[in-house]
Amino acid sequence: MTELPVWADWVISFFIILGASFAFIGSLGLLRLPDFMARLHAPTKNTTLGVGGVIIGSILYFSTTDGLSLHELLIAVFLFLTAPISAHLLAKAGLHLELELSENTRDFRTKPEQYSDKDD
Amino acid sequence: MSKLVPAPWWSLFLLAFWLLLQNKVSVGATLLGLVLAIIIPLYTLRARDYRTTLHHPLLGVQYFFILLGDIIVSNFNIAAIILRPRKSIKPALIEFPLAISGSVPITILASTISLTPGTISAELGRDGRSILIHALNVDDPEATIQQIKQRYERRLKEIFQC
Repeated sequence: MTELPVWADWVISFFIILGASFAFIGSLGLLRLPDFMARLHAPTKNTTLGVGGVIIGSILYFSTTDGLSLHELLIAVFLFLTAPISAHLLAKAGLHLELELSENTRDFRTKPEQYSDKDD
Repeated sequence: MSKLVPAPWWSLFLLAFWLLLQNKVSVGATLLGLVLAIIIPLYTLRARDYRTTLHHPLLGVQYFFILLGDIIVSNFNIAAIILRPRKSIKPALIEFPLAISGSVPITILASTISLTPGTISAELGRDGRSILIHALNVDDPEATIQQIKQRYERRLKEIFQC
């Protein structure tokens, strides 16, 4: 293993801390937001930059020490493909179960009943 | 050519994917990747029940970078909303009328909506002509719809010609 130059130290630390902060804020959002649908927003969006920051840090670290390394990008690709789909499925499930939404949610649906699966 | 490589973009993607997995570019890895990139589409083509043609690949690349920028902006937006005091957000359920058709373009649009600022696609309408969106913080639902239309749907329509 070779020594890291000082500038690389700083840049890599910056990206890893950025990623970690966003991952933390995303988790915090799960706790703080008022209802199920709003909570979905936090992990789907903030994990992309959270993981993205850590991935950039990893690419820079291994590229400066061991020679070019890009296979971390695949993690980002999978995340881009899967995050919106899992969010969509969760949102759909929540919608069909008619989970309670916070009272200041405004509903602009023309036919809300077509989104319901409730038996009663 | 078209018999041997029925889906050129897909083959290119598979080759790039293989080289990324190997994490190095060498003659051996590239050769094996080329063989895989030809065989896998030939073998799995029958399983694809949709036909999609990319009419403007360059616009597709541009779309990707616009999306990337918007994802970064949306991360900061959501972070700001989370860190702000409670009760100050205005969520809404909005129906977004679709002007595009085809399963692939609609899937991309729905994913785009989920990844960009403040909106999540929750359900495709029963008739397939609308997407239900949950927006985290909107003042004017019509403006949100227009923004998605102008920024993403118009470009997808151009890329896929659908």
